[in-house]
Amino acid sequence: MGIRFVLLVNKQGQTRLAQYYEYLTLEERRALEGEIVRKCLTRTEQQCSFVEHRNYKVVYRRYASLFFLVGVDNEENELAVLEFIHLFVETMDRHFGNVCELDIMFHLEKAHFMLEEMVMNGCVVETSKSNILAPIQLMDKAA
Amino acid sequence: MALSGMRGLSVFISDIRNCQNKEQERLRVDKELGNIRTRFKNEKGLSPYEKKKYVWKMLYIYMLGYDVDFGHTETVSLISAPKYPEKQVGYIVTSCILNENHDFLRMVINTVRNDIIGRNETFQCLALTMVGNIGGREFAESLAPDVQKLLISSSCRPLVRKKAALCLLRLYRKNPDVVNIEGWSDRMTQLLDERDFGVLTSVMSLFVALVSNNTDAYWNCLPKCVKILERLTRNQDIPQEYTYYGIPSPWLQVKTMRALQYFPAIEDPNIRRSLFEVLQRILMGTDVVKNVNKNNASHAVLFEALALVMHLDAEKEMMSQCENMSRMLLVIDVQDIIKRHQAQIVTSLKDPDISIRRRALDLLYGMCDVSNAKDIVEELLQYLSTAEFAMREELALKAAILAEKFAPDLSWYVDVILQLIDKAGDFVSDDIWYRVVQFVTNNEDLQPYAAAKAREYLDKPALHETMVKVSAYLLGEYSHLLIRRPGCSPKEIFAIINEKLATVSTATIPILLSTFAKILMHSQPADPELQDQIWLIFRKYESYIDVEIQQRAVEYFALSKKGAALMDILAEMPKFPERQSSLLKKAEDTEIDTAEQSAIKIRAQQQTSNALVVTDQPPRPMERRPLAWGNLPFLLFHGPFLFTFECLMQDSASPDHSITPENGVISKSVSEAPASDLLVDLLGPLAIEGPPAPAVSGEQTSFPGLNATPSPVDALALAILSDQSTGVQPIGNIDERFHALCLKDSGVLYEDPYIQIGVKAEWRGHHGRLVLFLGNKNTASLSSVKALILPPAHLKMELSLVPDTIPPRAQVQCPLVVMNLHASRDVGALDLSYKFEATLVNVKLRLPAVLNKFLQPIQMTAEEFFPQWKALAGPPLKLQEVVRGVKPMLLPEMADLFASLRFAVTPGLDVNPNNLVATTSFYSETTHAVLCLVRVETDPTDRTQLRLTPPLLSDRLKELIKDHMVGLPMAPPPQPPSVAVASDDPGAILAGLL
Repeated sequence: MGIRFVLLVNKQGQTRLAQYYEYLTLEERRALEGEIVRKCLTRTEQQCSFVEHRNYKVVYRRYASLFFLVGVDNEENELAVLEFIHLFVETMDRHFGNVCELDIMFHLEKAHFMLEEMVMNGCVVETSKSNILAPIQLMDKAA
Repeated sequence: MALSGMRGLSVFISDIRNCQNKEQERLRVDKELGNIRTRFKNEKGLSPYEKKKYVWKMLYIYMLGYDVDFGHTETVSLISAPKYPEKQVGYIVTSCILNENHDFLRMVINTVRNDIIGRNETFQCLALTMVGNIGGREFAESLAPDVQKLLISSSCRPLVRKKAALCLLRLYRKNPDVVNIEGWSDRMTQLLDERDFGVLTSVMSLFVALVSNNTDAYWNCLPKCVKILERLTRNQDIPQEYTYYGIPSPWLQVKTMRALQYFPAIEDPNIRRSLFEVLQRILMGTDVVKNVNKNNASHAVLFEALALVMHLDAEKEMMSQCENMSRMLLVIDVQDIIKRHQAQIVTSLKDPDISIRRRALDLLYGMCDVSNAKDIVEELLQYLSTAEFAMREELALKAAILAEKFAPDLSWYVDVILQLIDKAGDFVSDDIWYRVVQFVTNNEDLQPYAAAKAREYLDKPALHETMVKVSAYLLGEYSHLLIRRPGCSPKEIFAIINEKLATVSTATIPILLSTFAKILMHSQPADPELQDQIWLIFRKYESYIDVEIQQRAVEYFALSKKGAALMDILAEMPKFPERQSSLLKKAEDTEIDTAEQSAIKIRAQQQTSNALVVTDQPPRPMERRPLAWGNLPFLLFHGPFLFTFECLMQDSASPDHSITPENGVISKSVSEAPASDLLVDLLGPLAIEGPPAPAVSGEQTSFPGLNATPSPVDALALAILSDQSTGVQPIGNIDERFHALCLKDSGVLYEDPYIQIGVKAEWRGHHGRLVLFLGNKNTASLSSVKALILPPAHLKMELSLVPDTIPPRAQVQCPLVVMNLHASRDVGALDLSYKFEATLVNVKLRLPAVLNKFLQPIQMTAEEFFPQWKALAGPPLKLQEVVRGVKPMLLPEMADLFASLRFAVTPGLDVNPNNLVATTSFYSETTHAVLCLVRVETDPTDRTQLRLTPPLLSDRLKELIKDHMVGLPMAPPPQPPSVAVASDDPGAILAGLL
């Protein structure tokens, strides 16, 4: 099934975006997010970007104040996921222009739209930035 | 206009952002939730824009980790909004907040369907995405065909079709029974020709799911996958948008190579060649570059290619093809290179990063061989005391395996294991200490050394209980080899072990008792003082609460009074048959990460040290072990004590005596009792990986005299056993459960980690009603549940409908109606299969609808009984047989056995107190009630008589009773062998004399 969740957390540990591809109850989410944040945010730059947690492998990347954490199962190629995170960031960059935490915070819905175009049911659906952004641009034009 | 076009939302978000602490945040959230709740209450006044805004706020609050338990209706209802912005919010927020089991989703199923089959592409995409993320069974049922149509439609644009592919993937994965994928292998070949990369990427995920379920059906897609890879690696006609740092879609490349790893091998030489070219290009074309992203992406592809090469077992082939393939050489010769860095790896065991510590452990384990085993195992032992708890068990197991595999000499192996138990007893599983005992038992040279070591450890103040067990065991067996050493006299050994007795748990006490018995045995003629001390302990434990301990104490006490005979009974354990190390097996079982099964590990598995060849004797067949245990116990427990039984039956309904005796051979004797059975009981926890409880088939065939031709019961039993080869291990002994159910009417028939099958039965005349209780033990459903009844010729069996799925933690009841046509000892079977996740489990179980279930006890007086008894003379109506090797049991126990076989036992009917008379009637459709009389004489001088009416039945009944008497498979719990039989049982007295 591949990707189980995508989590954006700032360095204070506040969640900025959370998208799960398997159902967890709110309590389970809270617990999981807490554990992962504690685990990943304390790691240094020199440490590996892949961490095993429970039955997930967490692939994470830090951009300025923001951590992108992606939980995957054993079926995934970690390096490919690591670069998929970067593709997501580049896509947001293209749309927002020099994307920062605030952009994602105040445009939560757009971040969701983009992610929805990129991942569906835990599988990669699109990797072309212009295709990913097409629906959003269409909407912006209409508005 | 605010940033997102929703001012209220932006204000709320900045408010949250400005909160100083969690408490303020909570207050602000609560205020907002109250606000939204009131606004939703007067829904009429809400504009679509407002609704949209509030729903986003809800999602935001939900994301922050607050429960949002209202507003779901409003969210879902946005899906039905006519305009895109509202609809989009409805779809996206619904799939974030709800799951497939929510009832709200049902409300919109029609809207979703209309969106999917409608003409508006953007609506189609939204609907497909939501169904692809949270679609459940009902969606699958009503939408699967539409989604399939969209995926293959030529008029549909790629943006819809890529979503349809993944939507279908979800529906298929969640409900494979609903989604019809027949003929999809051809469709897939067409779909893999797709030019659009978005569609191709999605289709590839769908393909992986399909092919992982059924590789055979998709062979025809294999060339297409290779073609896709060719196109990607040659960078032919790849749109700029789909190259990532110059690499043609690394994600699609990786996915395609994953898919190829589901095919076991590639036979077609042309395809194989093309694929190898592709792989070569990847292997040779990947370089380390400065740009991080490019580097990562190309290595993602490289690693996947390496995994595929290994999967194809093509390392050698690839090497010869590309001579300067340094990277491949690296993999093959990596072991030598790694060895140079051993010190570095050892240091990594102390790295602050647990993933590195784990990898270091794996690496040390993988690189270990005869040359470095000593160093590495020492390191692991040292590390054990500082390692975190989560790793210790694995660490202990790995150290034990390495010590076993690469031991330069065996005394070192014993040292390592004892150190392991000493340092991390809690993490040393029983398998580990069993294994060391096995080695010591099988190697005479090692025995004095091991015993001396064990003695040393006993001097330590705080000892782990496992250490007590292993030391006590070793000293019990071999302490006499140390007798000249200081502190090793029987008395001293006894004293030091006795010190531990008060502190150990019930699991260890039996071992210590056995040790004492052995010490006593080795010190014959016994030192009276020592003997008294040990006897005192035995006496003390004779009334211990634990039955096992009590029994041992009683037995050892009685045995130790026998003087010299003790020597034979408690002789040293014979050598163990050589078998695969259970540790290695365990390690193999826990090896989950097969994808990472690199060449290093495989090589490590192929190398074993010479030290492993431990036994200088050929493996002993299992059957011979009990014999080596000396003859006395055999005689004691199974002396040829004779008892006789008579059985008489009369057909009360239709006195038809004209049947010819077709089964006249009656005078058979059962000459050998199942010695192994009782030995196993006696050895109990002592047995190291003790011989598995003898299988039913073995037991039955060990009585060749019983049936001239193998009865169908035997044949079936064999079939059942051989069928039990699914990967799932049953819990408990299936045969024991079956035999227990033959004697009672409710209980567990079968259990494994996923399912438990209970049975409850009622019997009346020749009718029976069984209820099977199928209980799902898990939090996931069991699917594809199928139950088939295989009735024997003489039974009519009807099973009511068994549901296809058993929900989590649920139990379903399936009544089974049985009717008995005539007497037979054949057994019906239940063929049950179910699926748990990907595991298909199939078991065949015998059903306890056996001959004695159709009996009904009848009480008779002496006046009624004897005329009936005398009226019948000679075979086939009256059969008699002398049965030898009967399990020793007291008369009351025998009476109990008959009662559970549904006979009425009438005490005092027979003048001889050693005899037992039982009466019952047998029911079948053809015979109605048939009176059956049985007389059992336990007098050794008498002979068995057996008189019966309908010969068919009487013979079968006799065999049935005999089976239970000889106590083969089941019967009451194993009898305390020696003492219980004693005193008043004539058979036992005779046995004692012999």
